[in-house]
Amino acid sequence: MPWAAMARMAGRRLLVAVPVLLAVTFGVFAIAAASPFDPVKAYAGTGGLTASEQTLDQLRANLGVDQPLVARWWDWLTAALHGDFGTSLVMRQPVGQVIGERLGWSVLLAATAFLLAIVLGTTLGVLAARRPGGWLDRGVTSLAYGLEAAPPFWLGLLAVWFFALKLDVLPAGGLTDTGSTVVSAGQVATHLVLPACVLAVSQLPWFVLYVRQGVGDALEEDPVRGARARGIAERTVLLGHALRSGLLPVLTLIGSRVPELITGALLVETVFSWPGIAAATVEAATSVDFALLAALTALATAAVLLGNLVADLLYGLADPRVGFDG
Amino acid sequence: MRGAAIRGAGALAALAVGAAACSAPGEGGSGSAGADDSVVVGIAYEPDTLSPLLGYGKDGNAKIFDGLLTHDADMNLKPALATGLPEKSADGLTYTFKLRKGVKFSDGKPFSSKDVVYTYETILDKKTNNAYKTELDALKSVEAKGEDEVVFHLKYPYAPFAERTVHAIAPEHIGAKQDVNTGDLTTKPVGTGPYELVKWSKGEKLTFKANPDYWGGAPKVKNFTMAIIKDDDVRATRLRSGDLDGAILPPNLAKTFAGDKGRKTYEATSFDYRVVTLPTGNKVAGDTDIRRALDVAVDRKAMVDSILDGAGKEAYGPVPTDSEWFTKGTERKHDLKQAEKILDEAGWKKGSDGIREKDGVRASFPLWYLSGDKLRQDHALAYASDAKKAGIEVKVQAGTWEVIQPRMDRDAVLAGGGAPADPDFDQFTMLHSQFVGGNDFNNMGFYENPAVDKALEKGRESDDKAERKAAYDTVQRELVKNPGYTFLTHIDHMYVVNDSFGELTTQVEPHDHGFATGPWWNVEDWQPKK
Repeated sequence: MPWAAMARMAGRRLLVAVPVLLAVTFGVFAIAAASPFDPVKAYAGTGGLTASEQTLDQLRANLGVDQPLVARWWDWLTAALHGDFGTSLVMRQPVGQVIGERLGWSVLLAATAFLLAIVLGTTLGVLAARRPGGWLDRGVTSLAYGLEAAPPFWLGLLAVWFFALKLDVLPAGGLTDTGSTVVSAGQVATHLVLPACVLAVSQLPWFVLYVRQGVGDALEEDPVRGARARGIAERTVLLGHALRSGLLPVLTLIGSRVPELITGALLVETVFSWPGIAAATVEAATSVDFALLAALTALATAAVLLGNLVADLLYGLADPRVGFDG
Repeated sequence: MRGAAIRGAGALAALAVGAAACSAPGEGGSGSAGADDSVVVGIAYEPDTLSPLLGYGKDGNAKIFDGLLTHDADMNLKPALATGLPEKSADGLTYTFKLRKGVKFSDGKPFSSKDVVYTYETILDKKTNNAYKTELDALKSVEAKGEDEVVFHLKYPYAPFAERTVHAIAPEHIGAKQDVNTGDLTTKPVGTGPYELVKWSKGEKLTFKANPDYWGGAPKVKNFTMAIIKDDDVRATRLRSGDLDGAILPPNLAKTFAGDKGRKTYEATSFDYRVVTLPTGNKVAGDTDIRRALDVAVDRKAMVDSILDGAGKEAYGPVPTDSEWFTKGTERKHDLKQAEKILDEAGWKKGSDGIREKDGVRASFPLWYLSGDKLRQDHALAYASDAKKAGIEVKVQAGTWEVIQPRMDRDAVLAGGGAPADPDFDQFTMLHSQFVGGNDFNNMGFYENPAVDKALEKGRESDDKAERKAAYDTVQRELVKNPGYTFLTHIDHMYVVNDSFGELTTQVEPHDHGFATGPWWNVEDWQPKK
């Protein structure tokens, strides 16, 4: 393994990540400040309708939102570097706590869905590529194009309507049953099925189409023709030779799908009342909760950068011609 | 494909165990529901915080907490953490409460006067981010006299002050050790109330269990869950499927349960009004003749019948017609001819397009409603259509509060409000001219009427019930002469609950409802049938 080269690439990427993260967090502060939403009104809620002007002004000063934009960003940044991400206005909790409580559930959902999408996508893609133009290929391909156009929240509502309301076989939302107070693995597993499947299905088409294309091309290449000429079993040719070189583009896809996965997860979590970071993100955005919003955006940015790094590392490993030049 | 997906999820169950160890938001405790002593209800909104210091339980029915006083089903005050109603000094400036002895917080620590002092002082503290502190404006200081007596000192005589002492009391021994704005008390509250919080999964549900040592006797309903379901249709579906035992529903969905033998529908009357502000700064809406014409041109009965499906009442002022504070004789009939007569006599002449005009001013003004609020939209459109018949053009527009607020001094707004505990609570901030010009939501119509100002002041200061009634009669009569607001309807709130809990009651409800109100306002007193 070319450890040194891989470490160098990771180091270079880390250096690039610093200005990117700075720019992104500042951008979030700037956009939030420019938005018409007022953090004081969002904080006061129904209390804001009866509060006197003095109370509102006092709140504004206490919450620190009367400070200029750059000062607010700098305060947040320096505190964040010391490990203090501030307090979420909308949750009335430290940001670290909000994210800590919710991130695990979002990762569980996203990871499950991503694994499902990769496994299913690869399987369907290989099957489709085996007989290009066959009924399976045509069926899978048109289904993939159809799903590509379907927004995840629409798929989510459709799934709730069909599986929860019509068939009544799966719960419509939440992490556990409404009356239950214990978070048990069994309950979480049944509640995970619908959101994870919807998210997986929304990511599926890209994997199917990439794998189908990659494997289809590889089947035309010389090594495969050579292997077939030597009389190697079709199964070995398909899985050992064609799939191996056909998977290369899929590796890049894994990295580039991470942002889509995150936004898809936001929509799916909202539809299924999944207690992940999505609900927190939406609330943070509409309430101009600077601290929470900036932390979540930084987190999402880091996830995207990491996804790209992993994809590039894998690609370099799988195809030595590419190397680790970043 | 679904088979594979379920297998995948099964394989991840192991992962889920690991994730559960790092806990769901606000996890803790154990137990399971489904028995007769468990109740699950669906509501639309959850509180922002569970800390009394930040405003939770300000109107009582706080489940986890008690106030010094509380309301019964008829909204009469009765003692809770206090042993009786307060003693009031002759000048109306001090209120003395004797406290109940032997009361303990759910963590076993005793309750005493220092918790009361701590709660009120912290709320009034400048550093406390409590948006409701304006409601305690009259309070100057709180003083403990020994373990079981507290004295409230007021800045000015304030007749309805006792109504404010239904406010939930927080534990000093926990609150004082943490940041009031971000501490644990906001999500893991500890109180003296009939229930203890088991878990608050934000955006999903709140779970309570009975406090076995409650001073008022342990509740019969041992487990109480409030599921937060924003969508009305989803809430109705989950009620029908048996997932919920009760829910708040809009009238049209509540009607679909009417023939259901296993469930009862409750219709709670309220002070919750819908009103059109007629800002003084608008040349048309600020004109007294236009205001009076609109007041009789609107068909309130039609609004109740068609928009509310009959679940409500015509509103002629902030006080609903069935309240003891209502001034008989201020009801206005829907009378289009009368409206046209007022406008004709005042010189508002109809133009070729049917819209009136006077001195070059066209009888036209915009009316805003909060976008996404179907009920307000329906009211606004009905109002515009009634106004058009009288020759006044009302242009209905939707917007968020951010868009609406800067225009409130000159554009009309379809607003809502109402507080049943005392007429002062909503009328003073809505009608007094001291709030004109402020950058807040008080007196949205910029209403200025010296007679009303005087009556409102008299009403909050006087101790004599008859004198107070006379003062609020004056306010309601003045609103007939110069209606700076067109009151449209008072809205009934509808709830559907399984009848296995017997005959339940509802209180007269405020504008904000569903969490502390509804048939479950006193779930601690429910007697589940076996």
